[in-house]
Formats: sequence, structure tokens, C-alpha cells
Amino acid sequence: MGPVLVLDEPLSFWGGVDPETGDVVDVRHPQRGANVVGRILVMPSGRGSSSSSSVLAEAIRAGTAPAAIVLGEADPILALGAIVARELYGKVTPVVVATDPSLRTGRVAKITATRETARIEA
Amino acid sequence: MPVELTESDRAFLQGAHGDAAALAMRIVVEMAGVSGADRLIDVASAHVDGCLYHGLAGLEFAERLVAGGARVRVPTTLNVGYLDLLHPDRYRGDVGTVAKARRQMDLYVAMGCRPTWTCAPYQLPERPAFGQHVAWAESNAIVFCNSVLGARTDRYGDFIDVCAALTGRVPLAGLHRDEDRRARLVLRLEGVSERLLASDALYPVLGHLLGQEAGTEVAAIAGLPADTSEDRLKALGAAAASSGSIAMFHAVGITPEAPTLEVATAGEQVPEFVVPTERLRAARRELGTARDGRLGAVSVGTPHASLAELERLAALLGTAEPAVPFYVNIGRDVLAEAEERGPIATLRSAGVRIVSDTCTYISPVMDVADGPVMTDSAKWAWYAPANIGVDVVIGGLEDCVRSAIAGRVLLDETLWTDG
Repeated sequence: MGPVLVLDEPLSFWGGVDPETGDVVDVRHPQRGANVVGRILVMPSGRGSSSSSSVLAEAIRAGTAPAAIVLGEADPILALGAIVARELYGKVTPVVVATDPSLRTGRVAKITATRETARIEA
Repeated sequence: MPVELTESDRAFLQGAHGDAAALAMRIVVEMAGVSGADRLIDVASAHVDGCLYHGLAGLEFAERLVAGGARVRVPTTLNVGYLDLLHPDRYRGDVGTVAKARRQMDLYVAMGCRPTWTCAPYQLPERPAFGQHVAWAESNAIVFCNSVLGARTDRYGDFIDVCAALTGRVPLAGLHRDEDRRARLVLRLEGVSERLLASDALYPVLGHLLGQEAGTEVAAIAGLPADTSEDRLKALGAAAASSGSIAMFHAVGITPEAPTLEVATAGEQVPEFVVPTERLRAARRELGTARDGRLGAVSVGTPHASLAELERLAALLGTAEPAVPFYVNIGRDVLAEAEERGPIATLRSAGVRIVSDTCTYISPVMDVADGPVMTDSAKWAWYAPANIGVDVVIGGLEDCVRSAIAGRVLLDETLWTDG
């Protein structure tokens, strides 16, 4: 559960998020300067670097990750970061594919996910 | 949909090949579920990106694998690390990070990976053959492998890359399958001058535009010269995999799965977008974050420079000496070859600073005088502002060399006028 942050463009975690602070640091991103810690991060898709798995896993380890990630299109690279963080640290961060117009920045949402389905309450 | 496993896959899961291989297979199988694959397939080789230090999670994952007896089961090359092991004196960063970054690199070598430390494994002699299934990570390597070599890899990231190397298996999904490799849209160059088509300045800018237009889709590009070199396709793909999530493109009449547009699209009707020079000018403006003529340094060789690019750089520099720090990133195998063949001596005597095993926008190795950094790489221009806190200017290699010698930014604007 957490406050929703909707990104207008895809974000690469590597080069786009500082895993020490959770800040969006991609200088060309419209939400540069926003912070993803504890947010329900909603974005159209992943982007760019294949190192994003590591950066997401590191952010989950360090406690600077979003509470959940909701993607318009599946992104195995982000899913993998969450799977490895669960294997190593037992911390669960849902990465789900869904479009739900009630997910708007500032609202509080709750995501409950299993391997097959996700339930969004916003 | 359950993933159908072979007896051998199940033996991995049950620990027949040790704890590390069991963990690796567990992750491969879980990723098969994520990508909707119904079974796993063999890969002939792997290229692993996970050796680059991003924090403790990646290091602790590698520690756990080595503690569990990890050994790669297919030939595996390594991507760049955080450190330049051949030129350690260039490092300007936090000393505390060095030991952890070095440990992470060593752990992957301990698993049996070849210490190639390059983001351009397609420059190595053992590159994959057409149609071969492999497991490559590193976004620019992925797009080159699929598009230019016609070998097949999905868009793998850190962790799954080494899991594939430790098991020799990947999910049958994404770009391993014929139907996912066909073009879903076309970008058609129109009215672009012969001069711009013949200049290396075009390709990173076009790639940047491709990434933005195509996002995650496979696109076909029509209108490029039939003799477009691998180095130009490298620059194009690296840019597209930075501004978008491009894992494959077709260049009609150039890349192996696109002898014609009809073959590239498998005969399907797809949307077509015309790219006039004005769109390229806009993409080029977007890539540069600097706006005045000062120049702080130059960095080329992202992805790692090929032998041909080094020969061209040496020829452009001649006996001139750059007035600002000039860096070139080179994989250590190509560096060794270029030492023998000549261009490196020319570059060294001109004072060019060679970086290997890593890259100038990943590791803190650059001295930058007052002013932005100029590069010929859209990938470098895309990531460097956030990664190392510099402003950037993008230009062709010729512009980079002229500017470095003059000590200020010189760009050939006439290239970008309408044809």
C-alpha cells in the first residue's frame, strides 16, 4: 500500500533512479526530482538498460524501492529485480501489468498480487 | 500456463548440479512464467552484464552463487565492470567502492566466465552465428545480436544472464520466436541528404529517434545505404536501446532478416512513419544538454570502439594534440589487436587517454576541464548527465576531433540542412 506516483514516460531504473535515495535522476524525464520510495509506481513500460534489474534489487534491499510497480506492458527486467530481491532478502515487491485509470498521482492504492493475478484498490 | 520441464530441468531444480545451479534454474523457470513461455530451450553461449557493481544486492547474489558451487555450462563472456583493471590509476572515485566492485568482477571470473570486460562482445572472434539461440545481456549487445548478427536473444538483464549461463537454458519467449522478430512499424527516411546518409553523425541520432518512436517494438528502417557499416548499426542500436527498450530492428536491404521490407514485416500491413530531416534535427537537439561553445573533454567509444573506428580516429587526429582531455573506451581484446596493428601508438602519442574494461560514463575516471563533454555516442549522451553529472554535446567523430584540437565545440551544421 502507498501513495500513487504516475510517470508520464517510461523510466530506466539504471541511470534513472538513484538507489541510495529513490530519486528520479534521469535529466530528460518529465518527473525528474520525484521520489519513488514507498510509492505505487505506475508507468507505461520499462526502458533502456538491462542493468535495471540490479538497480531495482539494490533499491529493494536498501529500502528505497517503490512499494509496487504497475506497468502498462510487461517488463521482464523489472520483474527479475523483484524476484532476486525476494530470493536474497525475502522482501516482496509486486511488479504487475495493469491499466487502471483510478491510479492517479496523490491517491493511495493497495496492490495484492499472486503469480497470476493482481488486485488493485485505489 | 505451466512451464513444461524436461527431466534434466527438473534435476537442476532438485539440486543435482549444486545449490547455485538449482537457484539459477528456479529463476529461469519463474521468468518463463513471467514471459508466458511454455518450455525452455538450450542456448549456445551467454554474455553476462551482472559483473558491474551497482550496490550490495548484485554482489551478494554473486557471492551466493559462488558459495553454491556455480560453474557456467556454456561459453560465457563478461560485460564491462566498474573498474578499469588495465588502467587503475585513472580511477577518481570513492576508494571504499573499489574492493566491492573488484570482488564482484572476480566472482564472475570464478564461475568460469571469460574476463572480456566489454559491452561489444560482437567484436570478439567467437560471436554467435545466424539463427543461433544465445542469452545476452547489455542492451546494445542484445540489439546488435538480434538485428545485425541474426542470432537470437531476448532482452535479458542482470541475474537472468548468469542463470542462463549456469543452466544453459532460457524460456522460449520473445525474440527467440519467429513471430516476435517481425517488424511492427516502418520508419522511412525521406529527403535526407546523401551527405548526411554518408556521415557517421546520422546514426546515433536516428537511433535515438527510433527508440522514441518504436518504444518496445521491432521496427524496420527503410532508406539507409546498402553498405551501412556494422559500426554505424552499432551506434544506431545502442541509441535506440537507451531512449527506448529496443531489442531488435531491421534495416531494409542491410540486416540479415530484412532483405526486403516484405520479408521484415512477414508480409503484414504495418504503420509507416516518414522521417524527414527536420525530425532528425529535433532528435539531435534533444540529445545535447549543453548550449554554448565551451568544451571540457571528449569521450568516444561507447559502445567500445572497433578496430576500424580506432584506425579512423588515428587518421583524423594525425599528429595533432587535443587541447582538452580526450578519452576512448576500448574492450581489452580489441585493444590488444589495435596495439599490434598500429592505431594505438598514434593515439597514445597524441595524448589520447585509453579506458578499457569499463566506460567513461560508468566509472569515475574522467578529468573534465570547464565545459561540457562532447561525444559521438547517443548512448553516452543519454546516460552521462545523470550518471556523472556533466552536460553533453553530440557530434560525429570528425566534429569531436576538430573540437578537441580547437578546444571548443565545432559542429558541422551544414550536414543537417534539408537534402
